[in-house]
Amino acid sequence: MSHFLYLYRMTEKARQDAMGEPQRAQDNMQRWIAWMHDLQAKGHLKDGGQPLERTGKVVRGQQKSVTDGPYTEAKDVVGGYTIVDARDIDQAVELSRGCPILDGGGSVEVRPVMKMDF
Amino acid sequence: MELSEPLFRREHARLIAALTRIFGVHNLPLAEDVVQDAFCRALEIWKVRGVPDNPAAWLMAVAKHRALDVVRREQTARTFAPEYGRMLESEWTLVPALDEAFRLSAIQDEQLRMMFTCCHPQLPEEAQIALVLNILCGFGASEIASAFLASRAAIEKRIARGKKMLAASPRLFDLADSDCRARLSTVERALYLLFNEGYHGTDTTVRGDLCHEAIRLGSLLLEAPRTALPETFALVALMCLQAARLPARLDAAGDLTPLLEQERSRWDPQLIEHGLSLLDRSATGDVLTPYHLEAAIAAAHATARSVDDTDWRQIVELYDHLMEAAPSPVIALSRAIAVGQRDGPRAGLDALASIDETDRLGRYPFYPAAIGEMQRRLGDVDAATRNFSAAAAIARNAAERRFLERRVSECSAATKTTPP
Repeated sequence: MSHFLYLYRMTEKARQDAMGEPQRAQDNMQRWIAWMHDLQAKGHLKDGGQPLERTGKVVRGQQKSVTDGPYTEAKDVVGGYTIVDARDIDQAVELSRGCPILDGGGSVEVRPVMKMDF
Repeated sequence: MELSEPLFRREHARLIAALTRIFGVHNLPLAEDVVQDAFCRALEIWKVRGVPDNPAAWLMAVAKHRALDVVRREQTARTFAPEYGRMLESEWTLVPALDEAFRLSAIQDEQLRMMFTCCHPQLPEEAQIALVLNILCGFGASEIASAFLASRAAIEKRIARGKKMLAASPRLFDLADSDCRARLSTVERALYLLFNEGYHGTDTTVRGDLCHEAIRLGSLLLEAPRTALPETFALVALMCLQAARLPARLDAAGDLTPLLEQERSRWDPQLIEHGLSLLDRSATGDVLTPYHLEAAIAAAHATARSVDDTDWRQIVELYDHLMEAAPSPVIALSRAIAVGQRDGPRAGLDALASIDETDRLGRYPFYPAAIGEMQRRLGDVDAATRNFSAAAAIARNAAERRFLERRVSECSAATKTTPP
């Protein structure tokens, strides 16, 4: 088994829409919980991960200039991550298809965690 | 930890109440933003960390924290609730003021005042109900639209107009106001309309919720001395006694079963008991309102073991009183059906024929259906079929149509089996 990182991305609008009305909020929450439970029940959940604030600072280049970021409203911003255990990238991708963020127009970026033992 | 079903809907209503208490009703959109932000945070954190043991308290803590930020940040740019005056300006009093606003009793008090504010007499009744559903019950525009068979856009417009009107004053309605008594009638009517919308509606997912919410809000009225009047007890009693029949009224397939044919073991005994005790408590003072009479009729049904066991004589008398107090063709129709039960179908037909203003029942399918029912019992199957067909043609929704079409086919089956 290998480890894979799921990076959840969505726009600010999609994020707000997902919880825009109480019933929709309820449905979305339930689907996330069900999906996470399912990953866990099948032994794929390595680490539930952490949610991230949507704003922070970006330090860049040799000047070490500091700006506010990530920026715009329209841009997909990483909102959190989870680490899963999967046989290979294909299985990790397959598992990510159930993620509720996809129905709200967001994305899951699936990245293999680099193996250290050669 | 699983989510309890209406968590977000219930907490939406409570948080809006607490936040508008601090921000003022003119800042309702700001309160809505804060609630939405709390919901978004809940999703982000709960999905990876699991639902906390007390999700309601969690949401409230987040909303309170955000409210504190907002007040500090926008202190100079906005005016908040006038009731708090300068209390929000100093850090010494700001935190206690927020704690006070988020107290359970304060939230309840605020919801009551919000209910009165939403039922502004200058707003059309459908707008009052839409606002109550949106602000106090946490229903979204799409759910309200499906309950009212209206488009989402129309409901959104209705809510937006209503909110604009609310925002005209930073203060919520004051129950100590001399208008309280008059406004209470408007509130009660809106709640009863809301209840009926749920009771007669056919969207099975929303239906029971509307009835439940109407009872919940009515019960809030019963907890405040100024609004716990005998007629309020009668209204909530009436809603409980009718809601008790809901489980038997629609079957799993969404098909309608009329009162006379309902399986009474499926009625909710707790709601009946609660309704009867409220009806007892409504019997004080010297005013007999239509709610009292309607509740007494519902109680007569609720306590009868079967249709034959029902005290139709008493029910007809109650309808007679109701026709004096609040005459309407629909009440007259119900009365005529009760007469048919008491004195037989011939008398029922006569009573139906003597209803005034039957033109107002022209779009009401249960008028021709009632005539058809009496004719069927008299053995005049052809006439009954015609009336059931006419009723089916003006059915207002699919469940009514299926029910009436079933009547038509039962009648034609009867014609085939009986020799001419």
